[in-house]
Amino acid sequence: MLEVVGLSKSYESDGRVTRAIERIDFRVEELEFVGIVGPSGAGKTTLLKCMAGLLAPTSGRTLLRGAPVTEPPPELAVVFQDYSRSLFPWFSVRRNVLLPLRNKDDVADKAAVADEAIRAVGLGGFEEHYPSQLSGGMQQRVAIARALAYQPRVLLMDEPFASVDAQTRAELEDLVLRVREQFGVTVILVTHDIDEAVYMSDRVVVLSGPPSTVKEILDVDLPRPRDQVATKALPAFAELRARVYAEIMQRGDGPAAAAPADAPPASSAAPGSRA
Amino acid sequence: MRGRARWLALEVGATAALVALLWLWTDANESYAVAPLGDILATFRETWLFAHVGSDVVPSLLRMFAGYGLAVAIGIAGGFLLGSSAVADAIATPVVSFLRAIPAAALLPPAIVLFGIGNTTKIAVIAFVCCWPIMLNTSDGVRELDATLLATARVYGFRGARRFRLVILPAVSPRIFAGMRTSLSIAVLLLVTSEMVASTNGIGYFVFQAQQQFAVQDMWAGVLLLGLLGFGLNIAFGAVERRVLRWHVRPDGTN
Repeated sequence: MLEVVGLSKSYESDGRVTRAIERIDFRVEELEFVGIVGPSGAGKTTLLKCMAGLLAPTSGRTLLRGAPVTEPPPELAVVFQDYSRSLFPWFSVRRNVLLPLRNKDDVADKAAVADEAIRAVGLGGFEEHYPSQLSGGMQQRVAIARALAYQPRVLLMDEPFASVDAQTRAELEDLVLRVREQFGVTVILVTHDIDEAVYMSDRVVVLSGPPSTVKEILDVDLPRPRDQVATKALPAFAELRARVYAEIMQRGDGPAAAAPADAPPASSAAPGSRA
Repeated sequence: MRGRARWLALEVGATAALVALLWLWTDANESYAVAPLGDILATFRETWLFAHVGSDVVPSLLRMFAGYGLAVAIGIAGGFLLGSSAVADAIATPVVSFLRAIPAAALLPPAIVLFGIGNTTKIAVIAFVCCWPIMLNTSDGVRELDATLLATARVYGFRGARRFRLVILPAVSPRIFAGMRTSLSIAVLLLVTSEMVASTNGIGYFVFQAQQQFAVQDMWAGVLLLGLLGFGLNIAFGAVERRVLRWHVRPDGTN
């Protein structure tokens, strides 16, 4: 349903060209949960912005159900890392969730949809609060409710839990897993947290970088529903996270040794050719 | 709550003590320039409650609000223009820097030559001088608009007038209010100055005339009124600001 085809983006400043992402290819199926994981500063956010239509790629394109994405389409919502800058602090929780729906002609009872989303993230009773009256975790719940009420087919999440404490993080991870089934939405999660990517995803796209290229795409065959304790105790979980970790650390000695990170993406340099 | 009541008691008590001291000192003072506070208050009641309200207070306030209102309109419009266009900003910056560096009082003689001594002069000078703080604050606010906020607006389909009304204007409003607050005290200052230099009525004119005629009690009563006027305007402005920006949490964590 969502296809990323040969996506590259480079920035130019003072005559110097910085390549952020390079020839990224992958596709996401309907209702799939795909984690995109890579080292910090590897251009993950750039990739997400290009996919959302917020940033024009240098070359390549993103197709959403066959149509090229050039502007953020109404079938797509984004949850940003920085909830405090993403929520509108001058509106109540309800208005934050409700106002974007003006853009959706196909949603009949907008107020009911907004209230359902607010309840789904566990914020029933906080409708009239302002964001500044809520904790960080609750604010990110509002952002998630806003995205769900928008009834997107695809939900892009950019490091959505990076600014909350560890326990809240686990709660929000499980919340997203729960509501994505309730609302029937395809999720693409960008994160630097390997555990999180493996725990939540059906597949994990491992990026190298910078510049970011796709190193490997791993299937995560862990049973659902996932559980913070039981799932993470599975040998398969440990094995998957070790493989992703090895890929990201650019080591060839992991359980699934792949092409060295600094090799051009098209070529397949022999192991041991790294500097 | 107990702590708050204590601070309030301290404020009221200290003010009352100061007034009492002032009362005693002005009573004992023999200088013709210093009128006893009791006499000043009596004059204040005779003059401002409400004999001279229609002839002096109302014209003054109308001038001030006309000039200030114009400054707000010009300041916000100009601020958005300069903030959103780098070209406009580059063209305007040297001019704006020069214009706002002219001492406000120096504008009065040319304004009188241009507009006479009617209302136009005062309104024009107040509007001219008061628009700069609002314009510069607004343009800074527009330039500092957060990238994530703008991206959010784009993702959720806020466009055109709706984007401006629901996202951009609220986001810049704390800066607009900061400029408006600075400009409000400048407006009072310029109102009084312009009325002293070129007027046939108004509070500033009244104070100046009282001094010229050695009506010391009238003069002090006028000064007292101006003080109360500035004080009241600040309180009223604060109330409006708290109402409009009740969502706003300043970086220091206070509302």
